[in-house]
Amino acid sequence: MNAFQQFFFDLSEEHPRWNFIFFYDPVQTERVLSGLWMTIQLSVVCVILSVLIGLVGAWLQGAHSRLVRAVVQGYIQFFRNTPPLIQLLFFYFALGQFTPTYSPDGWLEVPIISNVGWAIISLSFFAGAFNVEIFRAGIEAVPESTREAAESLGMNRLQAFIYVVFPLAFRVSLPALNNNLVNLVKTTTQALAIAVPELLYQMVSIYNDYSTAQNACMVVLFVVYIGLVGILVTGMNAWERAARVPGYGQ
Amino acid sequence: MEGATTDLPVLRPFRPVARGGPADLGFSRWLAEMPPIALLGFAFLACAWPIVAAAQGNFTTAQAFDALWRWMPFLVSKGFALNILISFFTMLTGTVAGVLLGLGQVSPLRPLAATCWFVTQLFRNSPWLVLLFIVMLAFPFEIEIAGTVYLIPDWTKAVFGLALPIMANISEIVRGGIQSVPTGQWEAAESLAFTRGQTLWQIILPQCFKRMIPPWMNWYAILTMATPLVSLLGVEELVTLSRQAMEAEDNHPELLMPFFGFALVIFFLYCYPIARWTLRLERRFAVRQ
Amino acid sequence: MPANSWTPDQPIVAIHDLHKSFGALEVLKGVSLEVMKGEVICIIGPSGSGKSTLIRCINALNPVDSGSILVEGQEVNDPAVDKLALRKKVGMVFQQYNLFPHKTALQNVMMAPLKVLKQPRGEVEKRARALLTRVNLEGKEDSYPGELSGGQQQRVAIARSLAMNPDVMLFDEVTAALDPETVKEVLVAIKDLAQSGMTCILVTHEMGFAREVADHIYFTDRGVIVEHGPPATFFTESSDPRTREFLSQIL
Repeated sequence: MNAFQQFFFDLSEEHPRWNFIFFYDPVQTERVLSGLWMTIQLSVVCVILSVLIGLVGAWLQGAHSRLVRAVVQGYIQFFRNTPPLIQLLFFYFALGQFTPTYSPDGWLEVPIISNVGWAIISLSFFAGAFNVEIFRAGIEAVPESTREAAESLGMNRLQAFIYVVFPLAFRVSLPALNNNLVNLVKTTTQALAIAVPELLYQMVSIYNDYSTAQNACMVVLFVVYIGLVGILVTGMNAWERAARVPGYGQ
Repeated sequence: MEGATTDLPVLRPFRPVARGGPADLGFSRWLAEMPPIALLGFAFLACAWPIVAAAQGNFTTAQAFDALWRWMPFLVSKGFALNILISFFTMLTGTVAGVLLGLGQVSPLRPLAATCWFVTQLFRNSPWLVLLFIVMLAFPFEIEIAGTVYLIPDWTKAVFGLALPIMANISEIVRGGIQSVPTGQWEAAESLAFTRGQTLWQIILPQCFKRMIPPWMNWYAILTMATPLVSLLGVEELVTLSRQAMEAEDNHPELLMPFFGFALVIFFLYCYPIARWTLRLERRFAVRQ
Repeated sequence: MPANSWTPDQPIVAIHDLHKSFGALEVLKGVSLEVMKGEVICIIGPSGSGKSTLIRCINALNPVDSGSILVEGQEVNDPAVDKLALRKKVGMVFQQYNLFPHKTALQNVMMAPLKVLKQPRGEVEKRARALLTRVNLEGKEDSYPGELSGGQQQRVAIARSLAMNPDVMLFDEVTAALDPETVKEVLVAIKDLAQSGMTCILVTHEMGFAREVADHIYFTDRGVIVEHGPPATFFTESSDPRTREFLSQIL
């Protein structure tokens, strides 16, 4: 036991209500770290997928077909206007029962989409619904005349979109996008409901196993999430500043 | 020459401003601006799934919906009603605390303003579920006043847990609203010998009060959608009771779709009119400024 | 007339009986004009007379209803027109400059040759710097549009158009949005261009400038060309009462 572990071990001996068990028991440390890692993975994958969904959705909203636009609108409204927790439950339990299963050993039946898979799908579609509207509003904020200038220089619609419209739209969208992504990271905690072993889940199971660790779990949980969100917010703000162009926006 | 920045083509308004402050209406706007065709798509989705479901199993979809029909009065009167009750009390608590915190943020007393800012950021940036867990565990489940022991029901603790993030967001609305009033108003009032308190209550707040109502309602809708979280802590609201009902009906998987689908729909039906109303108020106040 | 039969002694831009409506509003009611290579023409007239629409049609930014626009023998009023080929030949400068705000002055000028024409970077950059120097913007290469004055932005826009090596330049009221003191620097740049032999079509309100640089002046009103002629005679011997009334108001 090193000095750090020794300190928290002594603390738990002296003050049983402050048992930071995961700071001296390697098994519990492993649980916390794996939970943290799951939270980070979940966040990163969902952030990427939700941004992709947002881009594709914003692009589909410009489609000529009324049906396509209606389907996109239906998707957005469904995911925006219902509680994310019930979405998770609905995806995992109600839709999960229809997923095909496979059998690795001819005996067990394992669904091809795990609970982590459903959490990723559900959370990505949830945040993606917001991203579609964020990107669409960003694209609409780019003046028609700027697009025309690009076309008058011989760019086709796709080139004008890639080199001119989108870079500007993205800058306009960035603050709202940041907010939504922060919100997404906070929402990953709700995957607890379908037993995804992320940080909150691991912490809750630790204090269920060791009731003396309750206060310690809560404090660390609070600090870690504030830290995670803080890192994300700082990073995104730095990105926002770097992407700012003089005289545009604001 | 000056004004180089104004020579650029003017940006058209970017609508979903999701930052704090009075413009924070993204959610309500989306909800309220839903075209009728989206409702069709929504209805289509709602209908398509049970049909998929019907293809499986011998416990039929009709039986599942029949079960839902029987449980519906109970789910609404005992379950959803509690969600709404929690949302009311949370909003009340969160608003009172949030207004105080927001006023603290614009206080001329530096340490007070800094503290209020810090508290606001702390609770704005932490996950709601984590706050809920902390409050549920940290609060005692009974208190003793003058020899009598009072049990504290779980849902009142949930109210406090949810009120923390609401408080922080209301605090931002108040701060944003007050700061949206031009500083010239403060100076004009000062030159007329108003004290700071008088300026705030008689000049500044009356100007920004109306502008704070729409974002406040927007947060109410977001809060309402967060109330099912308390089911994870064992409070017997809609989601908890839905699960119990499904258990009572022998846990047929065919029940999942109707019961969770019903939960989605009832929240939608509650939030949609609020969003329409919010948007109408916002438009009206926007014209009057 | 097939494209390949065009020779430089024929009009570089030939417009015949052009009609254009926006809904119920007929903006162009049968406009015809011809521009020879190296010519500078100015289109003047009260606002709402269809001048800007006319010039935008030449660049295929607005589709037309009927009539013909030939640019170097190529029909623009044809859904199958190769817009890229057309816009390589025809440069356009807008009233609101429309620079790309996320790119520096130099990047604005380089963008189309790089991305559209796929020319090599080194060569494009050399040409872009030379063009910025030509419009008197040395030292502003790395400024963003938001850091430049209106006149400077408009000169970047001119350089940006020239970077495509067009045969014809269109100017759509390019000084209308500028402060009076920066109008001159833009006009100097255009005049320099005109004198170098570039074919220019300008929509303008600057009568003194039109008189000085134009080879031919067209006066439009309510969607038709009322009168046209060389500046020497146009300003002094105009016969139509509408032209005289307009000139008396503006001069």
